[in-house]
Amino acid sequence: MQKVALRFNEVAFSYGNLAVLEDVSFHIHVGEFIALVGPNGSGKTTVLKLILGLEQPNQGTIEIFEENPRKARDLIGYVPQHASYDPTFPISVQEVVRMGRLLPRSRHYNAADVKAAQEAMEQMEIADLSQRAYSALSGGQRRRVLVARALAANPQLLILDEPTANMDAESESRLFRSLGTLKRSTTILIVTHDMGFVSSLTDRVLCVGDRSHSGRARTVVQHRAEPVENPPPDFFGGEVLKVLHEITLPEDACCADEHHAEENHHG
Amino acid sequence: MDSFIEALFNPAFPFLRNAFIAGILSSVLFGVLGAVVTVKRIAGLAGAISHAVLGGIGMALYLSATKLVPWMSPILGAIIFALLAAIIIGLVSLKAKQREDTVINAVWAIGMSIGVLFMAKTPGYTDPTSYLFGNILLISTRDLVLLAILDAIVVFLTWRFYPQLEASSFDDEFSRVRGIRTDVVFLILLSITAIAVVLLQTFVGIVMVIAMLTLPAGTAGYLARNLAGMMALSWLFATVFSVSGLMVGWTLDIPVGATVVVIAGAVFLGSAGARLIRNHVVKRNNRPTQQISAKEPRIS
Repeated sequence: MQKVALRFNEVAFSYGNLAVLEDVSFHIHVGEFIALVGPNGSGKTTVLKLILGLEQPNQGTIEIFEENPRKARDLIGYVPQHASYDPTFPISVQEVVRMGRLLPRSRHYNAADVKAAQEAMEQMEIADLSQRAYSALSGGQRRRVLVARALAANPQLLILDEPTANMDAESESRLFRSLGTLKRSTTILIVTHDMGFVSSLTDRVLCVGDRSHSGRARTVVQHRAEPVENPPPDFFGGEVLKVLHEITLPEDACCADEHHAEENHHG
Repeated sequence: MDSFIEALFNPAFPFLRNAFIAGILSSVLFGVLGAVVTVKRIAGLAGAISHAVLGGIGMALYLSATKLVPWMSPILGAIIFALLAAIIIGLVSLKAKQREDTVINAVWAIGMSIGVLFMAKTPGYTDPTSYLFGNILLISTRDLVLLAILDAIVVFLTWRFYPQLEASSFDDEFSRVRGIRTDVVFLILLSITAIAVVLLQTFVGIVMVIAMLTLPAGTAGYLARNLAGMMALSWLFATVFSVSGLMVGWTLDIPVGATVVVIAGAVFLGSAGARLIRNHVVKRNNRPTQQISAKEPRIS
């Protein structure tokens, strides 16, 4: 059986009296490329915050490489939708990327940190921008800087929040080309409100938003995705899968063999 | 100018020397702390704290003049109110974002009102003007010592925690993901700012402290390439503004605090204007090429 990178076990979460998530159980195997989709307001961001250890579940457990999310933070690379930054903040691309190696108490970035930042910049094809001011970059370039910042920590699990929002088609296909080179060596989780299509790199689609059994909150289910003819060319460089929201797969579909999964979905 | 330098070394004017040293010491806080206040965008919070300080000053004047608490000095009252205001504002802005504005303005106004009420009931004549607008005649040696201590603390903490400070100012959420307690950073920063505001008001006054915490840093932000550069430049600017303000104020016999702020403001607005014009020109020259590269998707 494949190793598990991330596991949600019967997780429930609420903000005060407002139940957001309930009965959330899913897992991601090491090396998988997963899309976590859901409409705005479905609890997607909450799932993300739970994974990042910014919120704690009220019930259930979350394990990242069999660790508590707070302990596993060095294994995670996080790419926010945009850095909540002030456009007048003076900082260079290299300094932003180096931030990926930041530790809670250390005052120094050592030679290994500088090397890792350099490699991450080369990986994301922004090495030539390293001395440029972050504020002078285009939206697509900034996104690649933020991906490089996440990669600088050599993460086992790379999480990207809405990576294609406000991005032009060229930057988008360039980003997914880079992600393609990371596939298998790094577990990748993409969080997006784009419900219809996902990149063809995607192994499985998890969907936040269905009602839980009690009907009070949302839960996470797995949907089937399949290649489409005549895909829209400006999505992910034209290599897309269509998400079939009407077909829900059982939670362990990824662990069972293909034949077993098929049976479940027809039955 | 010659007369200013002469007066500076004239033993008959010890207060001028004190004011000069206060200007030099204040510049460290205006520059380094001001850069952080500016990039963290907490200037509004610092403004509320600095005005609330008047309440503490009024309370202290009343308590000492009426002999209720004879040892209560204005600076102690000010520090108590400043820290109280910092804690209230800090917790509200961490816990209840939607009420932040209301609470900040309430702390600002209530603090000042308490000050006015206490001063009205204080026996003898009390003039809030010197606290509001600064009075270099009132700077004591103790103020200078306290300023120097706070300078050392701020410079040390900035040096020691620079990467964490840089990251939490640039991207708070990412810093939290990396394990930085950004809430603790924020509360410590707010408390230090509160005490700084109290010590700095002797030089420029309550009303103008916030201008000096933002104008040199804002001007430096236009030129600096990173936060450390912004701090250093801002420090340099603050020193130039403070010394030249003191010199002009002394020579023309006008209030020093206000002069310093006017000089800092003029330079800031001048640089902002220059930048606006430059950006406009650059944009116009670049327009055609930029549009092509942004719009045409490359199909490979």
